[in-house]
Amino acid sequence: MRRLTVDVVVIGGGSTGAGVIRDVAMRGYRAVLVERADLGQGTTGRFHGLLHSGGRYVVSDPESARECAAENAILTRIQAGAIESTGGYFVTCPGDDPGFAEQFLAGAKASGVQAREVGVAEALRNEPRLNPGILRAIEVADGAVDGWQLVWGAANSAREYGAEILTYHQVTKIETANGQVRAVHCRDLKGDQDVQINCDFVLNCAGAWAGQIATMAGAHPVEVVAGRGIMIAMNHRLTNRVLNRLVYPTDGDILVPAHTVSIIGTTDVLAHDPDDLEIPSAEVQQLLDAGEVLIPGFRDTRALHAWAGVRPLIKDDRVGAADTRHMSRGMAVIDHTLRDDLEGMLTIGGGKLTTYRLMAEHIVDKMCRKRGETRPCRTAEEEVPKAGAGHSHRVTDRLAAREADRADDQLVCECELVSRKMFVDALVAQPQASFDDLRRQLRLGMGPCQGGFCTLRATGIAVSEGNLDAERATELLRLFLANRWIGLWPILHGQQVRQAALDSWIFQGTLDVEHLPNPEVAVTR
Amino acid sequence: MSTDQQRESGLIITPEGLAFAGHQLSRASLDACIKCTICETQCPVAAVTPLFSGPKFVGPQAERFRNGESVDHSLDYCSSCGTCTLVCPEGVQIAELNSQARAVMKAKKMPLRDRLIGQTTLMGKVMTPVAPIAQAALNNKPIRVAMEAMLGVHRDAPMPPPQSQSFEAWFRKRPRPTEPAPRGAVVFFHGCAGGYFEVETSKQSVEVLEHLGFEVLVPKQGCCGLAQQSNGLFGGATKSVLKLCDDLRSAGTDLTIISASGSCTGMLKHEAHEIMGVDDERLRDVGTRIRDIMEFLLDLHEAGELPTDFAQTELTVPYHAPCQLKSQGMGKPALEVLKLIPGLTVIDSNQACCGIAGTYGLKKEKYEVAQAVGQPLFDMVKATNSELALCDTETCRWQIEKSSGVRTEHPIWMIHHAYGLS
Repeated sequence: MRRLTVDVVVIGGGSTGAGVIRDVAMRGYRAVLVERADLGQGTTGRFHGLLHSGGRYVVSDPESARECAAENAILTRIQAGAIESTGGYFVTCPGDDPGFAEQFLAGAKASGVQAREVGVAEALRNEPRLNPGILRAIEVADGAVDGWQLVWGAANSAREYGAEILTYHQVTKIETANGQVRAVHCRDLKGDQDVQINCDFVLNCAGAWAGQIATMAGAHPVEVVAGRGIMIAMNHRLTNRVLNRLVYPTDGDILVPAHTVSIIGTTDVLAHDPDDLEIPSAEVQQLLDAGEVLIPGFRDTRALHAWAGVRPLIKDDRVGAADTRHMSRGMAVIDHTLRDDLEGMLTIGGGKLTTYRLMAEHIVDKMCRKRGETRPCRTAEEEVPKAGAGHSHRVTDRLAAREADRADDQLVCECELVSRKMFVDALVAQPQASFDDLRRQLRLGMGPCQGGFCTLRATGIAVSEGNLDAERATELLRLFLANRWIGLWPILHGQQVRQAALDSWIFQGTLDVEHLPNPEVAVTR
Repeated sequence: MSTDQQRESGLIITPEGLAFAGHQLSRASLDACIKCTICETQCPVAAVTPLFSGPKFVGPQAERFRNGESVDHSLDYCSSCGTCTLVCPEGVQIAELNSQARAVMKAKKMPLRDRLIGQTTLMGKVMTPVAPIAQAALNNKPIRVAMEAMLGVHRDAPMPPPQSQSFEAWFRKRPRPTEPAPRGAVVFFHGCAGGYFEVETSKQSVEVLEHLGFEVLVPKQGCCGLAQQSNGLFGGATKSVLKLCDDLRSAGTDLTIISASGSCTGMLKHEAHEIMGVDDERLRDVGTRIRDIMEFLLDLHEAGELPTDFAQTELTVPYHAPCQLKSQGMGKPALEVLKLIPGLTVIDSNQACCGIAGTYGLKKEKYEVAQAVGQPLFDMVKATNSELALCDTETCRWQIEKSSGVRTEHPIWMIHHAYGLS
């Protein structure tokens, strides 16, 4: 058993947890973050990639709108490497109420969200694939954000301040004595050992799983209402700006140019188990229809992959429990002192990726107050490491990088232009990583062929670098492909079928990967 | 980009990319790529140099990383031969994507040379009156060294052979045919090279058509703009091609238009629309009426209307089908027609490209690449017949002739001979 002693344990390696560990570390606390899987493997990695301008909420939730606008500006400054400032349009599509634009502009003015109506002709000139029947267009400061780059940026910043990040550490028990948190017990899933972390404060940032964590500490159940949404990535950027429908928030109203793809999102359906999220075909069809409204011909473009994410909304008595779309997106910090007679634990829920830094500031402020300490938050002022020289990451960056090094380096993932050096560097930093762990940082296998060509190369390189034996290599290869298939099945139509057929012939027809020897214990991570 | 630059390139480039329908279509076609790599295995340039990252990389892969900016300058090593688009089993417009990305790149910085070598009509007009001097100058080593230094045109690159009389002057001054023309009128499109440099090919084409009983109309005509297009000057090229359509239409509606300039024909048939997005009724009209001359003869033959009283010709000749002829999707009509000449054995080079690709192989930095691309063809030509080779397009003939030392003629030359017209 490994034993550690710190001031604060942060539970959950999504954006909230990463923001919180950075904040507590910067305020001088000794801190550890524990996450049962990889960073950003839950909700943080399963969204549409939108960095909100606030426009989406100017009518429905002005407070969220205000927070988004402020945090958008801050993140663009401190985490430039994770963000592309694409700009966005809110457009009135045929059949939508043109009058909503007035409410929108008034709401934007009231909540300080930048918004400017532009001519339809200008919008169509700038985005030639946009529905030519749009009636109005409002320009906003939306952007695209890479959730994984965001959390790794925050986590690396926290490390520089002495924090420890423990991924693949599953919490097994939260030890309390006399109504005070004493320790968090974990299982190190990859190192196969128990870990005890003595502490006097736990910050529960487990998102949709926060209720389960709170219960481990003996608290009364925290009602986290899980709102499941699906998203679909289309093969290439159909627009270079974020497109939003200029309506009251609804399903399929956002199209985001995230890296090389366009992501349409999202639906919103109550989920009972955040670990069991389906991608129903009816919702896939619903999103493709919604895409067709924004971009005529959307259904004929190539869908690459679908996924489901789950919003961690705190139950709000004002709306019905099943209506997750209209629950407050606002953040809520639950103080367990009064509620559960438990000292040393706070739980946070709600919020959104765009406001993750502010959520962290709120919960850490609250912790400081409870500890009777004055330690000001500095996360808005200081850039995370490797944020770059003030410019955001752009879609052209990787092409420019490969232009510079392609003569000297091998291309591992052709679709997403991942070089061998990028892959090996990531492997060295995370020697126990699965290919999915590396994918989240590199975008390996996330392009058109969905791992058809890069998986073999990646496996071979990992073996030749001495990271894997043949048995684990086989298992990781099959696991990676199996995980790609989870997102392929729901959208398998049109041009992606040809790709899937070719990939299938490569792996099954030619290499017969499913009949390679099986190890005694299946590799799952 | 300044407004002036935009006007010259003819592109509307917003921060979001090329704002014209042709690009939207090419870009949409990348969705069909399944990364099968067939284009990479067939690309003649990627096979000989690591300077070019290959059609799959530059086309469907890199296009996903472009938002109207072309940061991968090595794409300029694409010769625009179009082999990739031709061989793609999924219908991706690979070469078109590359040409468009190059136009965007060059819109920011257009070398003087690339501006000049697109002016093919101007070159002909300047050289024809002073043909002997021009010829001497183009064969003069110090002048060519100076041209290379100043203009970036390689000192050893093949140059058009200046002629003392233009095709148009010949056509105007020659005695009018006295024979009746029972098959009616056709329009002849000679192209810049056929007007000023490959004058013999144009004459022979007209004579063959007249021999077959056609009245040949030659309206005053300008350039198709292909050289400007392949150098990324879409604005000038669009203007040229539409002006040419007006010229050719002025000779009469519904007439078949015939050309012996294989690459210019391709520009009118599909490139102006697919690469530059020219969407104009005049282009559609001309594009559907125009026929390559060997294609036209094959059509006649298939309709049982081509006299086959060809003279016995005991000869074995190599034939090379140019890239821009192949990309018209009509097979290799010259091979079929030449088969009708008794005694003649024509051997298909089965090589992808001679390397010149219009103006590509003239350029200082591309010359060696172009020579390497063409080497297997040059070897094949020399081994097959050291005195005569056949090829349908002008710049390819100059390249083959210069690099292999074998005289290279248009297939119509052989037909002209076999009909006893020479």
